Amino acid sequence: MAKIYIENIPYEVADGQNLLQACLTLGFDLPYFCWHPAMHAVGACRQCAVKQFKDEADTKGRIVMSCMTLAEEGIRISIDDPEARAFRAGVIELLMTNHPHDCPVCDEGGECHLQDMTVMTGHAYRRYRFTKRTHRSQNLGPFVQHEMNRCIACYRCVRFYQDAAGGRDLDVFQWHNHVYFGRANDGPLENELSGNLVEICPTGVFTDKTFKRHYARPWDLQTAPSVCGHCSLGCNTIPGERGGRLRRIRTRFHGEVNGYFLCDRGRFGYEFVNSARRVRWARVKQKEVPAAEAVAHVAALAGGGRVIGIGSPRASLESNFALRALVGAECFYSGLAAKEQALAALVLEILREGPARAASLHEAACADAVLLLGEDVTQTAPLLAASLRQAVLTQPIEIATKLNIHRFHDAAVREALQKEKGPFFVATADATKLDDIATTVFREAPEEVARLGFAIARGVQGDAPPVVDLPPERRQAAGLIAETLRNAQRPLVVAGVAGGSAEVIQAAANVAWALCAAGVPAKLLLVLPECNSLGAALLGGGDLEAAAQAVRSGAAETVIVLENDLTRRAGTETVEAILSAPHVVVLDAIENATTARAEVVLPAATFAETNGTLVNNEGRAQRFFQVFEPEGEVRGSWRWLGEIEQKLKIKNEKLKIDSDGEEKRSSVPQQSWGLQRQEEAERFDEVVAAMVRAMPELAGVVEAAPGAGFRVAGEKIPRQAQRQSGRTAVPGEASAEERSVPADADTALAFSMEGYAGIPPAALVARYRRPGWNSNQAINKYQQEVGGPPRGGDAGKRLFDAAGLREKPYFSTAPAAFVRRAGELWVTAAWHVFGSEELSVLSPGVAELSPEPYLGLSPEDAAALGAKDGDLVELRIAGGPAHRLRARVRPALVAGVATLPAGLGELAAMELPAWGKAVTIGRTEGGAA
Amino acid sequence: MLTEQERAEIEVHAACYLHRRAAGPEALKVVQAHRGWVSDEALADVAEALGVTATELESLATAYTMIFRRPVGRHVILLCDSVSCWVMGYERLVEHLRSRWGVALGETTADERLTLLPAACLGACDRAPALMIDGVLYGDLTVEKLDRILEGLK
Ligand code: SF4
Ligand code: SF4
Ligand code: FES
Ligand code: FES
Repeated sequence: MAKIYIENIPYEVADGQNLLQACLTLGFDLPYFCWHPAMHAVGACRQCAVKQFKDEADTKGRIVMSCMTLAEEGIRISIDDPEARAFRAGVIELLMTNHPHDCPVCDEGGECHLQDMTVMTGHAYRRYRFTKRTHRSQNLGPFVQHEMNRCIACYRCVRFYQDAAGGRDLDVFQWHNHVYFGRANDGPLENELSGNLVEICPTGVFTDKTFKRHYARPWDLQTAPSVCGHCSLGCNTIPGERGGRLRRIRTRFHGEVNGYFLCDRGRFGYEFVNSARRVRWARVKQKEVPAAEAVAHVAALAGGGRVIGIGSPRASLESNFALRALVGAECFYSGLAAKEQALAALVLEILREGPARAASLHEAACADAVLLLGEDVTQTAPLLAASLRQAVLTQPIEIATKLNIHRFHDAAVREALQKEKGPFFVATADATKLDDIATTVFREAPEEVARLGFAIARGVQGDAPPVVDLPPERRQAAGLIAETLRNAQRPLVVAGVAGGSAEVIQAAANVAWALCAAGVPAKLLLVLPECNSLGAALLGGGDLEAAAQAVRSGAAETVIVLENDLTRRAGTETVEAILSAPHVVVLDAIENATTARAEVVLPAATFAETNGTLVNNEGRAQRFFQVFEPEGEVRGSWRWLGEIEQKLKIKNEKLKIDSDGEEKRSSVPQQSWGLQRQEEAERFDEVVAAMVRAMPELAGVVEAAPGAGFRVAGEKIPRQAQRQSGRTAVPGEASAEERSVPADADTALAFSMEGYAGIPPAALVARYRRPGWNSNQAINKYQQEVGGPPRGGDAGKRLFDAAGLREKPYFSTAPAAFVRRAGELWVTAAWHVFGSEELSVLSPGVAELSPEPYLGLSPEDAAALGAKDGDLVELRIAGGPAHRLRARVRPALVAGVATLPAGLGELAAMELPAWGKAVTIGRTEGGAA
Repeated sequence: MLTEQERAEIEVHAACYLHRRAAGPEALKVVQAHRGWVSDEALADVAEALGVTATELESLATAYTMIFRRPVGRHVILLCDSVSCWVMGYERLVEHLRSRWGVALGETTADERLTLLPAACLGACDRAPALMIDGVLYGDLTVEKLDRILEGLK
């Protein structure tokens, strides 16, 4: 700790910070633009000026930039000094000379850091009377809107885009008043994290283009804490709704998971919620029916016995559990195909039983040596890419430390580091977007990647299983990597299930475990395909093949499918078997090939319309909360299933009473469920409690967020801002009545602007706003120390944690060497951040960037097939049907291996990797024959 | 497409630096020396040759006022508009260039003979007003002297 003096009053602050951060942590309102807690300081904007004094006797002092000055022991400063104040007001005035003052038409208005800082410095009247310089803005693609005239040249955007996200198509052009932040030409931003520009830019230069298309003032949005459902990382979000439509997604700060950022899939993939393909009303045999009728119908089916339930890795724990409770544990199936299920179970086993701790994204960013096996993480877990970009700086930072450069001096640190990168080994079959920061890249077939991993583990610990027939140079490389990892303090091993290889995951586990055995606290980060894949693994149940078997054998007559388009998951045979059951009930939010085949369809709520818990890839249970009341009879699946169960219970009781010959009960409720669900249906917390009773390992889920009874000073947490306008006018076109505020008996949040206006626990933070701070920079106020964890700790709860002491035997067999087959291709899945995920691709912007189905070929294989880039080829996998695809020549792809984009159209259910045969059938125009 | 010659010259510069991208300004100067200016296409080619993106190279190119991203005339006049030259009346020269030679600041003559650009202090304050044409510095200028110089240009 250091003692610093502000206005001659002593304060204790943490060591090594800059004055700005220290002052903000102490609660002072000091304006700034270019500094960002996640990106440190460069002193570009001159907004954070304070007066520094030599000693007590010094009355003159000198102006310094607080962000560039160390808060060192004994330093004396004044924030209030008139000269410092005048300086800060002057800076704003200068910045504003070219600013268009177009707040009324600016999407940033009302949550603009520039507005806040202008007010904070007291620059209220414009004196500049001259022409303003103007720029032509660019079309940056479907996600980010560009309005360059609003720029104040703080340089945050390029620093984020290049340094944090690794993007190379956004830069600064020109000089002084003419500086321009953009691309060389119009065109979509190429980086998957581009959407963060919207929150990073303190002005309205970069705004959310999807929000623009259905804009509402930020203070008019109804918001709630939520969790992203588009990959397994579980980034924390704040979705915003108005008038029954989801309008946008913003970041909810989480110290361990996503920090200040989201990826573009998470930020812009929300529009499926507003899709025209939403299921809004219950349906029995293609006919819309009242909810009560549908419930009664399903209860009757379920009451007949022989019912099984098929869960889903994209549905919440609660919904899956409600299904499991309805059908009974032995009749509950996970909803995963056999292979996917085995991989998820393997990951769970490794994380739960092995000695290596599952790394959070924050821990990944702190790693000082990284081994990445097989997974193209930019495509499958986009934000992880940002963590790894930070991790490669961990070791080089020492260079700066030796030069006495403090970490917060970002430009100086980067200058000292130059291109220096810490150890980062990448082994994949094709090029990845992280190759640019890799110290060594191995291009190998998945089997060889696994073998390399096994060999590295063996290199770390001699008792790890050996790899036979490894070429000597490969053995040597493995030895070098082993040595590097062993010498690191916080090594990290990354792998994932996207490649469909259990051996690669086992290899990753072996490396981490060997390091742990050698006394190095290695961490493991295993990427799963979906937002609740690990939750599904925890809940268990048979796989889809087993479910099909149950139908085939006649053991199951009614199948209840929970939020799962089976046709995307398993082969036709399995899916047909399941869907041929006499009765198929499907709960889902979107019409798909499975709902099309169902006898009963129940409209399920999306993440924005109900509550639930997801378990991310590190085993962290995180709660998402209902943002708004949807149109139609949409309900959370857990609620539908609870209603069905209740109906069943009443019926069974009635049956029991009847058969006991007692007096008939006449009080069986006859009204519609829609009217009484608030009073009678099971509460969310009860579902959680029942789940925890049934599965004690899930006990932590209760702690993922405060329950419905939680109050601060007797009040609930409002979902609406105090400034919300026109609440009663919004539906005015349809009705002149004042809408009643929907009650929320399930959570500690209220659909209201009334309630506790202070800072709630992180899991309940529905928006960021403090007096004078209307932009997301208000996050500072929600943290114990600026840049650190939120007040009261991070949200969510890890369900299991490696003790570091546990022992688990190594996976014993390395796979055999990859042998190419003449005339065949080893077809593997290539994931695409835009396109491979089921729901986000229903958002127009994501769809626009999604690739057309293709077959990726190595140059050698393309030549052998006589296929040029863009030629039509026909692919047959394991004797299956032929698929016509365009060939894409992938320069870096290993020969003998081909790639198919994952999750696209008819290819989605393909089980990969598998051997396939391709023939070239056509030429592109102009292509030589 | 870069010519063999351009490519070779760029390689000479690239070899002088630890990172190829550091040769950006020199490489752009190579292209400009051969073509008079740097077109979008040429910029993309140079970027590729140096292993950087067009955006990154554009950032460099636009930071240097002497890298011309638009076509210029056969002769480029850099006219100093800084303090000493202002005191010594550079504005007269500007006016003369406009009325007699038909070229205003930032413009190129229709016959592509002359381009006139402002420059901040040519380091010849002792001989203000000053200007530079095709790399040759001229000081103590008068309207007459300027005419004589320009008349000698093709
Ligand atoms: S565009 Fe925004 S982030 Fe970038 S320099 Fe301008 S104001 Fe700063
Ligand atoms: S898709 Fe994954 S990385 Fe992107 S915001 Fe969602 S959870 Fe985070
Ligand atoms: S915040 Fe300190 S100079 Fe910009
Ligand atoms: S001011 Fe013109 S040369 Fe210095």
